[in-house]
Amino acid sequence: MVRAIGPDETIPTRYGYAVEAERLTVRAGRRLAVDGLELALGYGVHGLLGPNGAGKTTLIRALATVLRPAGGSLTLLGERVDGRLDLRAVRRRIGYLPQEFGYYRRFTVREFLEYLAWLKELPAQDVPGAVQRAIDRIGLSDRADHKLRTLSGGMRRRVGIAQAIVNDPELLLLDEPTAGLDPDQRLQFRALLRELAADTCVVVATHLVEDVAAACTDVLLLDEGQLVFQGTPADLADAGGEGEGDSPAERGYAELIRRHRAGRR
Amino acid sequence: MTGAHISPPLLARYAAGGSGPADLWWAVEAHLETCGECRDRLGEAVTRHSPATAALVETVRVALADRLPQPATRPARHRRLARWAAPAMLPRLAATGLVVLAALGLDLADSTGRFPSLVLLLAPVVPLLPVAAAWSRGLDPAYELVIASPRAGLELVLRRTAAALLVVIPMLAGAGVLAGASPARWLLPCLAFTAGALALGELVGLYRAATALALGWAAVVVAPSLVRARVPVLLEPAVWPGWAAAVVVVGLVMVLRRRAYAGLASAR
Repeated sequence: MVRAIGPDETIPTRYGYAVEAERLTVRAGRRLAVDGLELALGYGVHGLLGPNGAGKTTLIRALATVLRPAGGSLTLLGERVDGRLDLRAVRRRIGYLPQEFGYYRRFTVREFLEYLAWLKELPAQDVPGAVQRAIDRIGLSDRADHKLRTLSGGMRRRVGIAQAIVNDPELLLLDEPTAGLDPDQRLQFRALLRELAADTCVVVATHLVEDVAAACTDVLLLDEGQLVFQGTPADLADAGGEGEGDSPAERGYAELIRRHRAGRR
Repeated sequence: MTGAHISPPLLARYAAGGSGPADLWWAVEAHLETCGECRDRLGEAVTRHSPATAALVETVRVALADRLPQPATRPARHRRLARWAAPAMLPRLAATGLVVLAALGLDLADSTGRFPSLVLLLAPVVPLLPVAAAWSRGLDPAYELVIASPRAGLELVLRRTAAALLVVIPMLAGAGVLAGASPARWLLPCLAFTAGALALGELVGLYRAATALALGWAAVVVAPSLVRARVPVLLEPAVWPGWAAAVVVVGLVMVLRRRAYAGLASAR
């Protein structure tokens, strides 16, 4: 018998933005860490800047579908995720590096990535290839069969980045990815970001203004759970003027935060 | 050549490098290019009819083997185990073994036979020890990665629970034989408590649910039974229909709420 095709199967899968949020609120504990955020992100590398406690991590966790929004709407890769329980399909297309990245000490790099690839439901025949590719992209080929407990902090951080990209995500969320990386690795990482930017929406939360200025196509400035500024790194530098800070981008950052806080009082 | 394959005599002649019209060998080779089955047979034919060719091929293989890239190593078998028993659960399983041993030791030391078996009293809640670790931020270092993965959900929770039960129940059965606590008394309560923790865990978090149930059982049943030195009514074999009903009801609740398990983390 011929199966009937429902209207939900014929909806085109095109969507304007990889991430779209309208009046998004997310709680961290009892506090509203993200409060009425409007956001639209397409392909490219989006640097998420903000002081400590601005809601960067909370926003990243909401985008990773770990936290359920308390209000507003959130659309990821064309799928509404607020109030939805079946997140399996959309989670397959997301890569996520948490701020506190836990690992199993006795696993080797390859074993750990294979386990994560299994959790991400990669087809079994694709796993060895995808894992090797992730290891090579992140520059850990010579350590692939070393146990995680023998690696340095920077290498473990890179393993974290590798697990985030092992499923070739369309939405890649990185929370403080450069913490513990030395300057040379940081350059490699920025090169990887630029490579990914062509067909991936990358959101990088960081407190290093220089990372954003160097590798991001777009800057988001978050303060007290709200979007203060969205623009190119050049726009951020222009906003600075003569304020305090060592580089134009840092001056812009400080000036925008100051202006936002003054406006709220 | 629809559906036809190369006949064995022809293949043998080809393997031995026999003479014949050139277009015949073209046809044979054209077929070999598209037919894996005949290529397999050719391999056998070469070893049988042309040892010289076989030896040549083997020499080439040996000479190249070192220079070819090694295929990626397969995951060790014990790492595949992680798909069932979460790595974070292993220390908990060991601790569970110690608890069972301790209970058994106390039972055997009680020569008066006045008190009900501790193995029997604790058996229903013992599996909660490793099951709580199946889904816990505090115990699983990679918890944040697991809950953001597509596999997070009821299936993964059940896999981990099954792994825990597969280890714990034989342990309890062994201790039960020595302590005189028959599985007929504790097996269904065991399953009911485990299922209860999973169902309640969807609302308040698995770790919290397991702790609450274990403490509740200790306060309401274990302590009074020890004080009165009597086997509690709830663990008499006669009440099994009640426990079976509890397992079925809780199981149904879980199945109905199965989609909510993907959000287990935010439900806490």
